[in-house]
Amino acid sequence: MDTNSKLTLNLKVWRQKNGSAKGKLADYKLTDVSTHMSFLEMLDVLNEQLIKQGEDPVEFDNDCREGICGMCSLVINGVAHGQESSTATCQLHMRKFNDGDTITIEPWRSKAFPVIKDLVVDRTAFDQIISAGGYTSCRVGSAADANSLLIPKDMAEKAMDAAACIGCGACVAACPNGSASLFVAAKIAQFSYLPQGKAERKKRVLNMVGKMDDLGFGDCSNHGECEAACPKEISITHIAIMRKEYVKAAFS
Amino acid sequence: MLPFSSILWSSVGKKILTGITGILLTLFVIGHMAGNISLFIGSVAFNSYTKKLESLGLLLYVIEIGLVSVFVIHAIIGISIYLKKREARPEPYMKSGDATGNSQKTVSSETMIWTGLIMLVFTVLHLITFKYGPHYTTFIDGEEMRDLHRLVIEVFQRPSYTFGYVIVMILLGFHLRHGFWSAFQSLGLTNPRMKTIVYGLGIFLSFLLAIGFLSMPLCIYFGLIK
Repeated sequence: MDTNSKLTLNLKVWRQKNGSAKGKLADYKLTDVSTHMSFLEMLDVLNEQLIKQGEDPVEFDNDCREGICGMCSLVINGVAHGQESSTATCQLHMRKFNDGDTITIEPWRSKAFPVIKDLVVDRTAFDQIISAGGYTSCRVGSAADANSLLIPKDMAEKAMDAAACIGCGACVAACPNGSASLFVAAKIAQFSYLPQGKAERKKRVLNMVGKMDDLGFGDCSNHGECEAACPKEISITHIAIMRKEYVKAAFS
Repeated sequence: MLPFSSILWSSVGKKILTGITGILLTLFVIGHMAGNISLFIGSVAFNSYTKKLESLGLLLYVIEIGLVSVFVIHAIIGISIYLKKREARPEPYMKSGDATGNSQKTVSSETMIWTGLIMLVFTVLHLITFKYGPHYTTFIDGEEMRDLHRLVIEVFQRPSYTFGYVIVMILLGFHLRHGFWSAFQSLGLTNPRMKTIVYGLGIFLSFLLAIGFLSMPLCIYFGLIK
């Protein structure tokens, strides 16, 4: 495709006044969309158009727009963060779309992530899960010397693979069951590899899984759709690790 | 310390129970198919095999009660996971799609509840038809025993029953295709290398079992086994 071409898009955007209002898809036509734009920039253009017309702009979450903060969300044509694999919505570019495309944009749909407005959902459920055990409770003081705590390279790599989770919630949005297993597992696995995480590992897995269940997330059915949708390619192997940790904690 | 019941009924506990009961049911199904092979050998072999099973006496009852319990636990958890799924996403997506990355979401994985429920109904009907069906008798080496062979041959003369049976066995294959690897994942036994092996083994096993089970009624229907 000519990289300088302009797209005309038919957008179907979820509009919902507030958490208790009933939402619906609204149709918008957008012309002259540069293929260099990111998906969020395309929405910025839509909002400028809406503001000019005296309409309410579409609310959507975003922050760093560099794919590392985990604020952006959006289910684009039925896929969390869109069709481009291992890419957050902010890093998705309009060159991945074709002229004349119809794009349906919806919020994360989960009982535990209630819609605040339009495409913005309340993800404090994840914060509550972290509060239940996603930390170590020892005093760390000021920054320690590098390598004062010796961690083998392969363990550090594994922990980093899990720690790559940005907590965006795409796993929940993509899961046919609305399960938060991948997020919770990534946090548990991350600590399980590191010496700092060992002391509280039993309490951590029991409390975090318990909190996830209480918040109304669904049960995992091992579809693996979470891994496929994850912008950070967090593997469902971490879910297997979480289960192993859970069994160890529950029966010892 | 968490109470035992809340461990078992947690999201992880449910998966572990589903995995264990699923593997036990798979082992049963493999055993059942091995038993069916005696039908291909002949009526004496098949009737002697069923006689041997019946002669286990009390042990057979214990095994049967165990099997029913495993089956019921597996079904109850499966249904509860399905119901919770609907609760967890009260408002469905207007447009659904599949992510392009590494996903195991397939027709098999998405229809587990339905293939499972069909299996539940089928198992009840299957027991009524055969275990609690007409009691024909025959003599083998002067010993009187149940002629289950005759009943099996009779039942699979009926096109509707044969057709239905074949369909259900294909669905069993679909259920196992996702269920087999899923059980290992649920028990926390998979790592990236294992996952490929177990997933492949699951596809192979489900294919083998489905073909194995549906070949028998088809052979009877088309007169290859008499």
